[in-house]
Amino acid sequence: MNDDCNDGDDDADDDDDDDDDDDDDNCSLEGNYLNVNMSLSSKQKATVKDFFSKMSTRSDDIGAEALSRLVAVYPQTKSYFSHWKDASPGSAPVRKHGITIMGGVYDAVGKIDDLKGGLLSLSELHAFMLRVDPVNFKLLAHCMLVCMSMIFPEEFTPQVHVAVDKFLAQLALALAEKYR
Amino acid sequence: MVEWTAAERRHVEAVWSKIDIDVCGPLALQRCLIVYPWTQRYFGSFGDLSTDAAIVGNPKVAAHGVVALTGLRTALDHMDEIKSTYAALSVLHSEKLHVDPDNFRLLCECLTIVVAGKMGKKMSPEMQAAWQKYLCAVVSALGRQYH
Repeated sequence: MNDDCNDGDDDADDDDDDDDDDDDDNCSLEGNYLNVNMSLSSKQKATVKDFFSKMSTRSDDIGAEALSRLVAVYPQTKSYFSHWKDASPGSAPVRKHGITIMGGVYDAVGKIDDLKGGLLSLSELHAFMLRVDPVNFKLLAHCMLVCMSMIFPEEFTPQVHVAVDKFLAQLALALAEKYR
Repeated sequence: MVEWTAAERRHVEAVWSKIDIDVCGPLALQRCLIVYPWTQRYFGSFGDLSTDAAIVGNPKVAAHGVVALTGLRTALDHMDEIKSTYAALSVLHSEKLHVDPDNFRLLCECLTIVVAGKMGKKMSPEMQAAWQKYLCAVVSALGRQYH
């Protein structure tokens, strides 16, 4: 996943005519702060637990929708699902897997005070077996935030948004812990 | 040049038809300043940004949210020439305003979340894809003249 939209390095080579490479892809959301540790305050941890509790009746739907949106908005992510008959948005395997992932996220909420320790085996799974490029965690997190906003527009305030965003970033860091 | 299918153009127009710029502009900028507080660095002259409540109540933030979202809408009428449409604005943001172009991406993330909150599931995955492609093209154009 390249950083086309934010990369200034290409511009020196560009002329002003059409060039197809830098505009076509969806922006990478990785930013620089995937690797920066912004830990959660106790208030933010409480906010996350509270919101996820409110969300629990719709968590399957949010998980299924989020993964559907991941493959729709960032089609390159389908490369991880080439073993499925159908990896299109809304397909049965995508929805089912979205629910599985959301289950993992809920599990992580319960381990919010020690994500690295609590997610050790999941991190090993992702590092040695699944080998999902960690940039994709951020993409999925964004899709989850969009779904949360869609389904809980009143509750997903800026304060909840920042806490959940930080939590998902910490979760991603914990998942990538064993990668190298 | 960015290639748009007919469906993508329809999706982008559909999303814009649901956006009240006077409402969504302020909401998106407020959210950006709260969720990514380092973005406040560009608004030293806006007065009180010290708390979330101050940000939400700040009239300069609201006004600027409208300006920014109006600028984002310009591309809708120039979908086949987005780069040239934003060339002057890109120079402005680079040479006068000195805005790190990563901030355009952050604002657009917040805007997408605000719009998703307004549209609910009416924003289908395909619509979200087209909408984010549109924002990505504008963000790219705005960053293009930086040197």
